[in-house]
Order: sequence, then structure tokens, then C-alpha cells
Amino acid sequence: MKRMLWKFHGGLHLPGHKTLSNQTPIQAAPLPDFLVFPLRQHIGETAVPVVKVGDKVLKGQVIAKAKGYVSVPVHASSSGTVVAIEARPVPHPSGMFADCIVMQTDGADQWIDLNPVIDYPTLSQSALRNKLREAGIVGLGGAGFPTFIKVNPGSQLPIETLVINGAECEPYITCDDLLMRERSKGIISGIEILQHLVQAKEVLIAIEDNKPEAIRMMQQAASNNTLIRVVPIPTVYPTGGEKQLIRVLTGKEIPSKKLPADIGVICVNPGTAYAIHRAIHHGEPLISRIVTLTGRALTNPGNLETLIGTPVKDLITSAGGETEQIDRLLMGGPMMGIALNTDNIPVIKTTNCLLAAAPDELSTPSTAQPCIRCGDCARACPADLLPQQLYWFARSEEMQQAESYHLFDCIECGCCEAVCPSQIPLVQYYRFAKSDILEAERERLQADKARLRHEAREARVIRLENEHQAKLAEKKARLAKARTSDDSKKDEIAAAIARVKAKKSNQETEP
Amino acid sequence: MRLRTLSSPHLHLNHSVGEVMQKLIIALIPGACALVWFFGVGIIINCVIAIMVAMLTEAVCLLLRQRSITTSLSDGSVLVTAMLLGLALPPTSPWWMTAIGTAFAVLFGKHLYGGLGSNPFNPAMLGYVLLLISFPREMTAWLPPRELASVSLTQFDMAKGIFTGDFGFALDAITSATPLDSYRIQSSLELPETEIYQRSEFGRFGGYGWEWVNFGFLFGGLWLIHQRIIGWQIPFSLLGTLAICSLIANVVEPKLYLDVLTHLFSGATMIAAFFIATDPVTASTTVKGRLIYGASIGLLIFIIRTWGGYPDAVAFAVLLLNMAVPMIDHYTQPRVFGSSREIDE
Ligand code: SF4
Ligand code: SF4
Repeated sequence: MKRMLWKFHGGLHLPGHKTLSNQTPIQAAPLPDFLVFPLRQHIGETAVPVVKVGDKVLKGQVIAKAKGYVSVPVHASSSGTVVAIEARPVPHPSGMFADCIVMQTDGADQWIDLNPVIDYPTLSQSALRNKLREAGIVGLGGAGFPTFIKVNPGSQLPIETLVINGAECEPYITCDDLLMRERSKGIISGIEILQHLVQAKEVLIAIEDNKPEAIRMMQQAASNNTLIRVVPIPTVYPTGGEKQLIRVLTGKEIPSKKLPADIGVICVNPGTAYAIHRAIHHGEPLISRIVTLTGRALTNPGNLETLIGTPVKDLITSAGGETEQIDRLLMGGPMMGIALNTDNIPVIKTTNCLLAAAPDELSTPSTAQPCIRCGDCARACPADLLPQQLYWFARSEEMQQAESYHLFDCIECGCCEAVCPSQIPLVQYYRFAKSDILEAERERLQADKARLRHEAREARVIRLENEHQAKLAEKKARLAKARTSDDSKKDEIAAAIARVKAKKSNQETEP
Repeated sequence: MRLRTLSSPHLHLNHSVGEVMQKLIIALIPGACALVWFFGVGIIINCVIAIMVAMLTEAVCLLLRQRSITTSLSDGSVLVTAMLLGLALPPTSPWWMTAIGTAFAVLFGKHLYGGLGSNPFNPAMLGYVLLLISFPREMTAWLPPRELASVSLTQFDMAKGIFTGDFGFALDAITSATPLDSYRIQSSLELPETEIYQRSEFGRFGGYGWEWVNFGFLFGGLWLIHQRIIGWQIPFSLLGTLAICSLIANVVEPKLYLDVLTHLFSGATMIAAFFIATDPVTASTTVKGRLIYGASIGLLIFIIRTWGGYPDAVAFAVLLLNMAVPMIDHYTQPRVFGSSREIDE
């Protein structure tokens, strides 16, 4: 029976460029000499190093521990020696530096003792979630949100649907495709663990219909689990966007500013499912992932199983790339990826693709022309926004207006910009506006805090003053009382003296 | 090593503004050829004058506004404005009239508002209306299609007349009423409609000659829709409304009101529907808004043609609706994904 599918507004049919990298099986990337682990690899808090320079570490050993709730530990992805803990360039659009643990590998690639979970259904759910956390598992598809939190939707709503997002709608990227083709069994076993955790009524594996091989393999692997269904979906960018995918599969729309879990859906990437399988059944923390190396500047494009922390430069070299020929190096796909300013940057848990583009491969926007209000952007927007209006507001810095036109529902998919005949860098405007608003918000909060602090201080001063006054008054009262009691004592003494004198005189008078 | 960093997306599928305008001009060709065939070389001269003046005005404006001349001129939008105006003017318009209209369109219609994309009014129509108000006699003098001409004006005489004002005949002697005018005049004489349609200015299904002109623009317009240069909403709602209104009127009182096909295939109907009303800069931007916008123009064209005092109604109808665009846009915002609300106020 064919499942009914829905459509989302807009979207684009993009040239896929997938065959560039999906013709060869996954290969292991060579062990690099150095590995670099940024302490912050995902949304949430930065991990705290637990090793010192000079320490010997083993593959899979924790080298930085989680701090706070939205945080997972960082593991060494091979054995070797810690040689530095310092700021290094990390994957970020601004070419930012951040603290990293750097280790030199010893070539032995020696594991720590692994503790697979023998019979996971016997574990309590929270113990199982904790296992995921200890294994450092985060979403491998998008922003890298810690998985143990995602599968803990609390008691609010039962999860109806567990969606495995194998859409992989961005051009060029094929890592999930290859993973699903080659390791479908492992993915399914990871899905079963997830299903045990969230107890969904159905599990849907969504795969774009341009990946027939992956669809077939996943169908085969899932054939004896009646709960799991593989759903081929039409190839439209950005159908792999969480909100768009859920719309396509269920017809439901996630309300603005809500999460999928709020409508009873959880979305997980197949790579994450596979990592969960490795973590539970083999006891291996998340120390490697599949990275697509693609682009016409490489002579051997393909998918490499890569240790987290491997420098991009090493990967490019092993894919036959010469840096000189690279016009642009993207981490991620051409629609949403970030252009790296250096290849001296490590692979992190969310690095799905490295696209080394030859000079004429990607578009170079020419000077933007004025918006001619053609509305092409609105026709393409998968979030049903009015990109040209947002652009006007962002440009004239009418941030409130931009917000009321749902700027924050923009998923930065780039569809609007890709079709704009005036070549306006729309997405850049939105990013700018968003960060501006968030900054203002932060400032307002800070101002609020400062105001509160000030008020609290005022109150404290007043309170102290009052207390002081009260104390003074009390002291005075006490003193006064003391004085009166002193007087009475004096009287007593005087009386006693008088009595004694009287006695004496009596005695004296008595012969 | 430093690599180029650019912000995502790194793929663009767009046709540039220049390409859009290029296709618009190509799409104008069939209709323009028909115009030239029936009304002579004057149409070509109009277009050439308009284009030259428009480019010159644009260049001067850009120079004064200190903008790059090449990128803005190469977008071709000014060419489209010039072509539309050139095609709309009577073939006997004196050269200075065309020049004034075009210069006004580019200067006041476009650059005083801040250039491409910022002008609320369709520049070509603004130029047209200026001329219509300032020079009503010249603007309403249309030649008859050439087979119907009582005096034959040679192409040379026409060209000479445009530049010298001397056509060899009085203007009134060589021009005649357009079909749209004619119907109004004749029906006010209380002639039966069948007799009116017998008159030579009416052709098979529209005004004689005009039907082919409109057919040409219809053809070009459909091609533009196919090329995804324009959307279907404005042309269809415009033509649909005009058709429905004229159908009702015609059924109720055929003596007084023109029939549907003559409405659709006479005057500037098709060029308005596909080329003028669809100007993205001055039209509504939302899908619903475009339907309303097109339908309103259609309605206004019908009203002005039927009861108004001007020969054709397109320019006024378009300008009036240009004014209403901000309001239409405001009330037709699409629903945002995942929300039942419209725009938060
Ligand atoms: S980047 Fe934002 S505004 Fe542009 S199409 Fe995507 S969601 Fe819409
Ligand atoms: S696509 Fe570009 S030119 Fe067209 S309305 Fe949107 S922003 Fe303006």
C-alpha cells in the first residue's frame, strides 16, 4: 500500500551532483598524524578537558567531560598523546578560533576496554539515555543537538511517529545514501533502540526517490520489523528540512516556535541511528562518521569513514585534492554549507560533507541589483514567508516588522536567494537581522538584569539602613532600660548600705 | 592558506534581471510586427525614438545619482519601458511628443522614486497618461489599418510627418476612429449592433487589424508564462474579469455594449494583460493579491471603456491599481508555515 504524502509550499528542483561521490563504496580515511577536538562541537555548553598536555590517551577515552545539561563528553578518536590544549580555528562561518584539545596519534589506534550493553531492553530508559550521553551521541544531520535530550520528550506528549530523515536533499551530499546502502542492518538496529526509548506508534524512514539503492537496502533490512516503514519521498529541496519533512510525511505543520516533539514527532538522522547502534551493541562512543568528499577540484571524490578531529587538509589530500585548485571549500552542501577560509580545520561530529569546488562550479553572485518585486522568492520559500518583505525590513533595519513577518521561521535554506533575478544576498540579510535582534534581546535582558540588580541593591541599602536604624533604636532602648535598671541597682545598694549603717548604729547604740 | 568565503547559498538558479527583460522584449515582437504591418513604419520610429531617449535619460539620471551606468543599463528594464510606450503611442505621434513622454516616464516614473524597483507607478503608463492629458488631439489620432485607409499615406510621408509635422494631409483626414471609439459613437446613434459590426473597422472577432495585434501579444504573453517570466494570475484574472463583465453587459443590452471578443481583441487589451499589468515592480506581489489586482484592472478597463471619455482605458486602470498595491499586499499576506495566523500585528 502506498502511503499518502503531502506537499510543502515552494522548494526547488536542484541539480543533484550526487553521482560525483556515490559511485564508490565507503572507504576508511587514513589515520592522520594529529587530531584536533574542539571542546564545543554542537549547540549547548562547552565540554571541560580532563586531560593535560603530555597525557597518553586511548581510542574512545573521554578527554573532555560534559558540563551542564545540553552537553556531551568528547572522546579521543585514536590513541596517542595530548600535545596541546589551545585555541585553533574551528568550523564556523566567521573563521572563529576556539579551544581545542590537540593530540598526536601513535599509529596503534588502540581502543579502551569497550562495554557493550548485552541486553538493552532490560536497562531503564534513563540508564539507556545516559549511555547515549556517555557515548557522545549528537544529531549527525543538522546542528548536532544531543540525542539523549531529543529522545527524552518528557511526559508531555506520547510520540506518535519516529521519523528517520534519510532525505539528504542538498545537492552533492551522499554520506547518508552510502551509509544506508552499506550499513542498513546497523541503522535498523539503532532505530530499534530509539524506538524502545520513545515508544512511537510508527517509524518512518524517509528517503528521497533519487536513491533507489538505499531505499531497497533499507526495505530489506527492515523487512521483519512491522513497525518500520521505508517511505520514498519526491526529490525537492529542502524536503529534508525537519518541518518540511514532517509536513510531507504526516500532513502536520509544526507551529511556529515549536519543536517536532510538540506534535508528537521525533526526527533522527540515519547516521545518528547507526552511531546509537555502535554505542549500545559495541560500546563504541561516537568517534567517527562518514564524510562526503566531493567537488570537481578533487580527483578521487567519494565517502570516507573519518575519525572526528581529522584535519580537513588531510582528507582533501587523501581525496586527491590540490588546495591550489580549490576555488571554494564548503563544509556542508552548496545551499546551506559554510565556506571555510582555511583547510586547517578539523572534522567535527556534524561535518557531513566537504565540497571542494573548482572555479566555475559554484555560482559567484555578481553585484546585487534592486529588488524588482517579482515575487519569485516568495514562490520558492518553503516556510511560506515573504522574503522580499523580510529583505526590505532587514535592509531598513525595521527589525520589529521583520519579526512580525516571521523572520525567525526562516530556515536559511537559500531557496529565495537561488531564484532571485536581482541576485540579492537575501539570506545574508536575514542572518544579519536575526543576530541583530538576538543581540538586542540579549542587551535588553542584560539591561533588565542590571535594572533588577540595581533595584535589588537599592532595596538592600534601604533594608540595611532600616535594619541599622532598628538596631540603633533597639540599642537605645536597651541602654535606656539598662540605665533604669542601673538606677534601681544603685538604689538597692544605697538601701543596703543604709540598712548596714542602720544596723551598725544599732549595734553601736546597743551596748 | 586563505580560501574565498562567501555566504551560502552557493548555487543560484536565477535568470538575471537582464535575461527577464530580454525575454520580455522578444515576447513583444509578434504583436509589434502586427502593429507595424497594419499601421506602418510610424510604430518603428516611435520605438526607436523612445529607446534612444530612454537610454539617454537613464544614463543622465544614473550619472546624477552616481550609480554605475553599465550594470543598470544592462538590466534592460528601461528598454522595456521604452518599447511599451513606443508601441502604445499612435503611429503619427510627432517625434517630440514621444521624446517628452519617454523622458518623463524614465525621470519622473522611475528615477525620482529611487530607480528600478522603487517606483510605485508603471513608468510607461505614466508617460502615456501625461501625453494623453497634454496632447489629447495627437494622442487620439489613430490611423486606420492600412487596407482601410481612404487616403494612402506612404511610409515615407509618415516618417516625414513624424519629424516635420507635415503628413501631406491634415491629421484628421488620414486618421479614423478605432473600433472601440467607433462602437461608442455608432451605438449612441442608435444603430442596431449587427449593422455596427458590419462596419469595416470590425474584423472577424475584434477590431479589424487589431485582432491580429492582440493575437500577437497573446501569443508572446503565453510564451512568457511558459518561460516562467510572468505568472498566470494577473493576465488571466484581468482577461477573465473583462470577459465576464462584457459578456453580462452584452447579453443584457447588446445594442449598447460591445461583445466579449471585441473587448478582448481590440485596443491594448492583450498588451495590457501580459506586458503592462504584469510589471513586477508595480504589481501586487502576493498570489492572492495578483488575482485581485488583475481582476480590478479588468473591471476598470471595462468601466472606463464603456462609460468613460477616453479611447482606451488601460493606462488609467493600471495607474489606479498601482496606487492600491500596498493595500492589496497588506491584506493578502500568505499564511506562514505552521501558523493559522496571518501577519502578527
Ligand atoms: S532562506 Fe528563509 S526566506 Fe529564504 S526561502 Fe529559505 S526559509 Fe524562505
Ligand atoms: S526574487 Fe529578488 S527581485 Fe524578486 S521579489 Fe524576491 S528579492 Fe525581489
